[in-house]
Amino acid sequence: MNKRTILSFCTVFLSFLASSSVQAEYALNLRAPVTEIATQIYDLHMLIMYVCIAIFIVVFSIMFYSLYKHRKSAGHKAVQFHEHHMLEVVWTIIPALILIGMAVPATKTILAMKDTREADMTIKATGHQWKWEYEYLGKDVRFISTLATPQEQIHNTAPKGEHYLLEVDNPVVVPVGKKVRVLLTAQDVIHAWWVPSFGVKQDAIPGFIKETWFRVEKEGTYRGQCAELCGKDHGFMPIVVEAVSEEKYNEWIASKKAAAAEAAASGDKEWSKDDLIANGKTVYEKNCAACHQANGAGLPPAFPALTGSKIANGPIADHLHIVLNGKNVMPHWKELLNDVEIASVVTYERNGLGNSVGDVLQPAQVKAAR
Amino acid sequence: MSTATAKHDDHGHDSHGHPTGLMRWVKSTNHKDIGTMYLWFSFTMFLFAGAMAMGIRAELFQPGLQFFQPQVFNQLTTLHGLIMIFGAIMPAFVGFANWQVPLMIGAPDMAFPRLNNMSFWLLIPAALLLVASIFVPGGAVAGGWTMYPPLAIQGGLSMDMSIFALHILGVSSIVGSINIITTIFNMRAPGMTLMKMPMFVWTWLITAYLLIAAMPVLAGALTMMITDRHFGTHFFNAAGGGDPVLFQHVFWFFGHPEVYIMILPAFGILSTIIPTFSRKPLFGYASMVYATTAIAVLSFVVWAHHMFTTGMPVAGQLFFMYSTMLISVPTGVKVFNWVATMWKGSMTFETPMLFAVAVVFLFTIGGLSGLVCAILPVDIQVQDTYYVVAHFHYVLFSGAAMSIMGGVYYWLPKWTGHMYDETLGKWHFWLTTIAFNVTFFPMHFTGLAGMPRRIPDYSQQFAEFNMISSYGAFALGLSQLLFLYVVIKCIKGGAKAPASPWEGAHGLEWTVPSPAPFHTFETPPVVK
Repeated sequence: MNKRTILSFCTVFLSFLASSSVQAEYALNLRAPVTEIATQIYDLHMLIMYVCIAIFIVVFSIMFYSLYKHRKSAGHKAVQFHEHHMLEVVWTIIPALILIGMAVPATKTILAMKDTREADMTIKATGHQWKWEYEYLGKDVRFISTLATPQEQIHNTAPKGEHYLLEVDNPVVVPVGKKVRVLLTAQDVIHAWWVPSFGVKQDAIPGFIKETWFRVEKEGTYRGQCAELCGKDHGFMPIVVEAVSEEKYNEWIASKKAAAAEAAASGDKEWSKDDLIANGKTVYEKNCAACHQANGAGLPPAFPALTGSKIANGPIADHLHIVLNGKNVMPHWKELLNDVEIASVVTYERNGLGNSVGDVLQPAQVKAAR
Repeated sequence: MSTATAKHDDHGHDSHGHPTGLMRWVKSTNHKDIGTMYLWFSFTMFLFAGAMAMGIRAELFQPGLQFFQPQVFNQLTTLHGLIMIFGAIMPAFVGFANWQVPLMIGAPDMAFPRLNNMSFWLLIPAALLLVASIFVPGGAVAGGWTMYPPLAIQGGLSMDMSIFALHILGVSSIVGSINIITTIFNMRAPGMTLMKMPMFVWTWLITAYLLIAAMPVLAGALTMMITDRHFGTHFFNAAGGGDPVLFQHVFWFFGHPEVYIMILPAFGILSTIIPTFSRKPLFGYASMVYATTAIAVLSFVVWAHHMFTTGMPVAGQLFFMYSTMLISVPTGVKVFNWVATMWKGSMTFETPMLFAVAVVFLFTIGGLSGLVCAILPVDIQVQDTYYVVAHFHYVLFSGAAMSIMGGVYYWLPKWTGHMYDETLGKWHFWLTTIAFNVTFFPMHFTGLAGMPRRIPDYSQQFAEFNMISSYGAFALGLSQLLFLYVVIKCIKGGAKAPASPWEGAHGLEWTVPSPAPFHTFETPPVVK
């Protein structure tokens, strides 16, 4: 290899490094905090990390000095001491004092984190396998938030988007500068609601209500994920919170209410079979496909197939009953989906996914069955 | 520490009547044979669970789903954890205890040799159950090695098989611990007082107590789980008046002492290797004993630091944060003592010493990141992220597993009668240490930046570090095949090892010939 080839090789290698470092983020630290608590956590982490690094450097400078100086190959003769009471007392007391120094600021932050009093508003978040349901208490706003990343991106048949796996169909919207209390629970298994920029992570435990709070200081979109293993699609139930001005927040609340009223009104009319099937496909893919799969094949034995199943091809009343009330691992959809959505998805399951029963379920029938 | 006058009959009982061939192993009541079986069992499981880890890293090599569907990925992470903990690390230490405790205290064998045979052979059905659970409908357990309900209660047949396997392993551990405690208390050579025992024996004595206290707690949690699954109880079901978090409390009451069960014997190995190659006695022997005891006692009052995000009352959070921080004091004492042992020694760096020095260095990284995790507000951010994955691998791989490797190199001459290949041993050391750090150091960054653990796919911001981790993991996995080769090569031949191959080694095990005869110390040595 002559000099020129080596040189050109180096150039290529360096330009490769440069280009990859331009693309790469190499995030090294906690995300930029946007709440008072997250800022405190950030500072606390930096403080403790620096103390740890300092201790580490002191201890291991001594060790490496010794490794170098006190080698047999360097002719060092062992000195046969094996005790030094003063030294032992000192290196027990000094770490204890350092720990007290760390515990004081940590305790202050804990007390602040736990103080959920005097909240300006309350959101109840319920974890489901594998989506989040949000309810704005006292505002009559309620919706489900699911992963918006298309399956093609996950299965590498389409290029991945900017917010791959961290995007949802219905984000949580909150006003900036307001103390938001979050009540957490879960429908099925334990989930955890985590938004790193807020310094908030709280388990959502079925049968119990836990609480946490945040006050966002800066407008923006903040992304987080479920942080407690909750089954198959644990990695696919992100959390997106948009912090907006109070004005925009009020507009958003109004638009959510209007949409809910519209949906309720559409439940009163008679739907055509085609409309139900088309709408049902969307509802199915959002809510049912995670377990029963997009093609209805299921994942037996945990998640049965719908194609050719007894339920989807049997009496429609039984089919509706199971969708409304659930069974074993199958959640009850009564509270999660409206009449139109349930009617659509049942109609779709009976006339799509390889089934062709031919019958139709109207929203009015769902209402009657509730 | 102890000088010995031992009389030896090189042939001993070797010449009459112990079974040969397969039956020698099946019916063995000999502590050395059983120790050997423990070690081979552990190494097999280590490779098996290591292969699973390489599957995990292959899937995480790039964003998107490539090799495994999410459910299968969860099975891999769950089984990797369960098998490494219960199949690789714990049995390896029991293997060391079997070989070394009688040799170090001058006892002819373990106190209950038949029980010893049983505690080994219980491992086999347990391991078969765990491995077979991969092939039942629905696949292996996928709820994480911590098996939190209600998710674990959703599992299929494999969950029951795993619970049964863990019950069996628990019985094996408890029986083994009773054996070790009885041996240490009753069969020490005349003159070997408790405060003259080798540090490895001390750490195992304390570990055995931890096992006896902790394993039944796990058995309790698992039994409640199985009755919830099949017999209509509602211990962990809020709808029936139970509480899912109860399981976490009970599990971690076992789980945290378990962490120390996996590290205290490693401390014992370090405290044996470092003085040998520093040619100096262990610094602060008494304070080491007290520190180990302190760690063991504290390990029972810190469990809920694994549960800071469950939302316990503020008093509970503060208590568990303070108690957890407190553990770093005795742990620090140990690290300082090892450094002081090296100080002004006359050090050489054979493979066991390289491993020991690396463990002190890397374990301290894991210990300090543990202190970061103990600070509750910071833990809120890093709990269930890759930061924690980095933390516990620094403690469990570069703490426990690398101590085991160092210990194997240290005692291989005694076990096989041959010196291992020093060059290849050093290659194994450097490959392992470098690959380990390439694998796990970047995880501190991905964790801080917000990557949750136990996910088969991640957002693109984590891609670079994950790819680096995966490269490291493949190298780390392959390097262990070199370890296997070095060990087999040493068993088959190599330079003849003298009774005491290490210049600075002290202790009764070095007074018997290498390889250690089938029966040793039939006449107890006298320790002055």
